[in-house]
Amino acid sequence: MDILLQQIINGLVQGSVYALVALGYTMVYGILGLINFAHGEVVMVGAMVALSVSQLLIAAGMPPLLVLLLGLLVAVVVCMLLGYAIERIAYRPLRNAPRLAPLITAIGVSIVLQNLAMIFWGREYHAFPQLLPNNPHTLGGAVINDVQLIIVLVALAVMAGLLLLVHRSRLGRAMRAVAENPSAAALMGVDINSVISITFMLGSALAAVAGIMVSANYGIVHYYMGSILGLKAFTAAVLGGIGNLRGAMLGGLLLGLIESLGAGYIGDLSGGFFGSNYQDVFAFFVLIAVLVFRPSGLLGERVAERA
Amino acid sequence: MPHNQSFLPLAVLCAVTLVACGKSETPPATPAATSELVVKIGASAPLTGPQAHIGKDNENGTRMAIEDANARGVTIGGRKVHFELLSEDDQTDPKTATIVAQKLVDAKVNGIIGHLNSGTTIPASRIYSDNGIPQISPSATAVSYTAQGFKTAFRVMANDGQQGKVLGEFASKDLGAKKIAVIDDRTAYGQGLADEFAKAAQAGGAQIVAHEYTTDKAVDFTAVLTSIKGKQPDLVFFGGMDPQGVPLVRQMKSLGLNAKFMMGDGGYTPKLIELAGAAAEGTYASLPGVPLAEMPGGKDFSRRYEAKFKQPIQLYAPYCYDAVNVMIAAMQQAGSAEPTKYLSGLAKVSYDGVTAKISFDEKGDLKGGAVTLYQVQQGKWQALQTMGGSAPAAGH
Repeated sequence: MDILLQQIINGLVQGSVYALVALGYTMVYGILGLINFAHGEVVMVGAMVALSVSQLLIAAGMPPLLVLLLGLLVAVVVCMLLGYAIERIAYRPLRNAPRLAPLITAIGVSIVLQNLAMIFWGREYHAFPQLLPNNPHTLGGAVINDVQLIIVLVALAVMAGLLLLVHRSRLGRAMRAVAENPSAAALMGVDINSVISITFMLGSALAAVAGIMVSANYGIVHYYMGSILGLKAFTAAVLGGIGNLRGAMLGGLLLGLIESLGAGYIGDLSGGFFGSNYQDVFAFFVLIAVLVFRPSGLLGERVAERA
Repeated sequence: MPHNQSFLPLAVLCAVTLVACGKSETPPATPAATSELVVKIGASAPLTGPQAHIGKDNENGTRMAIEDANARGVTIGGRKVHFELLSEDDQTDPKTATIVAQKLVDAKVNGIIGHLNSGTTIPASRIYSDNGIPQISPSATAVSYTAQGFKTAFRVMANDGQQGKVLGEFASKDLGAKKIAVIDDRTAYGQGLADEFAKAAQAGGAQIVAHEYTTDKAVDFTAVLTSIKGKQPDLVFFGGMDPQGVPLVRQMKSLGLNAKFMMGDGGYTPKLIELAGAAAEGTYASLPGVPLAEMPGGKDFSRRYEAKFKQPIQLYAPYCYDAVNVMIAAMQQAGSAEPTKYLSGLAKVSYDGVTAKISFDEKGDLKGGAVTLYQVQQGKWQALQTMGGSAPAAGH
């Protein structure tokens, strides 16, 4: 029983990170119908910037919590600027181009960012300083440490905040209007360009938060860390219904749970016939099964509306 | 009529092709007798991706050997030689490895130092063999690499048959582990080493209670570790490289899985200790060969490497250095850098390298390769014991 509980905790921690990154994909897709493949690299840049800032501040002798907050602040600001620049340089000139063109520039931006990070921060793995307490807590036989607890709580808080923003604020209404019909929104006096820029910046800020949480959890940072995480988060967004905020959260948490329970139990359930090497196969099988019965994802209904 | 019309362009095309062929063959045929002979050494390792730090270390070792050779002035068959390094990134990917292998072959390299991983070395070795280009891998340890029957395939490191056996016996006998869990990263190296380890550990009386899998790009192992924790092993063995070893050992500790942790040569890096911190304490790992400090030219090599590249040796740089020098020695003995001419000499070479006295058996494996076991003690890799090999045994 404690093993099941532990696997659920593992899945929730992993899923919270997926969900946070998936939100960035889904916000951009909801508004532009564009898959921003550079989003995973923004997560990596956030982690790298936080690493550099905290190394500097620790050397200056600041207390860990202050270092973390300042590192977070700088990483969020840098990532927002980066998100703005990516949209301005790689996507805005192609807004009316065929949909394949921005997809290709997205992949291009991702490769450029990865290589710039490799040149700037080097090829090697960096140790991320331990800024948060790391005490384990026992919970009915399962273990969760402070960092993991904070990850789940921060992810939930950020998601709730984002939902409030999109559904209750004036800016959120503008975002929903642009998502529904950009030209009609423009006629109603919505500044489309600034709404799109703000969406990119918000998504990038979430990516920075996710990057720091991942680094704090695993304790290592690497210029390559964004690509796999980005791919998984994109999968989560599709699973939940891309373009739908609640869908991204649900998809992220579900993917985390599926992976963890799949890897943990697939061997025992199949009598050793399948092993944990089928972890990803299992996750993608669930994705395919969901898409066969609900082509627009679990909570996705906006797609028909958009077309 | 249409036949006649279409014949003319065809004829022109043929003529152009013939001229072009003739042209491309001329430059290598008539080098001036007095000029330097240029010998191209191809090298391949992952220079991007999760193992880029180890790949760059390989490239550095190879580059150092080539620059040293150019500085001391090597003559082959009475002609002064200038060595040139062509380094390619195989991204740890078997498919990319075959592409870069073909690229190096097309660039007419005289020999290959590489690749780093067994998973890339094995598919690439067929291409080198088909084109008759000698290949010395500094670090591919999978048994199957030299078991394919290729005359061009060599390595300067003991293979996983020897390494897995030493590790498995050490775990089951010296450490007295009764229940062992095995994880591998599904690469040719990780899988091969884990299987050899499991075989030897079972022969030593231990029971393999779990065999779990991951990939060479994963960072989260909590799911498989939780499943392993339920089986209460005394020891966890991981067949893989340090990018996975670091988060794995950290997550073991944070999940409260208090078993001993052991890896093969992929874990024996300074990075493992630097990144895993306190969690790395007590970790066991092995490395084919004797400890660097006890290698014939080890101390001098590491001092020069650090001065040149401003960083410590990660893992295989000394083996790359030796691989290049073995190749040069064979070229000098044969009096030619032509692959067909020096290949037979390479099989019979005997060379006193930095890492060991190097000679090859009939398969291309290192003769009498030693394997050393290490443990992290007070934040440093300490040699425990050296098994096998003709090199002097390490003290405790």
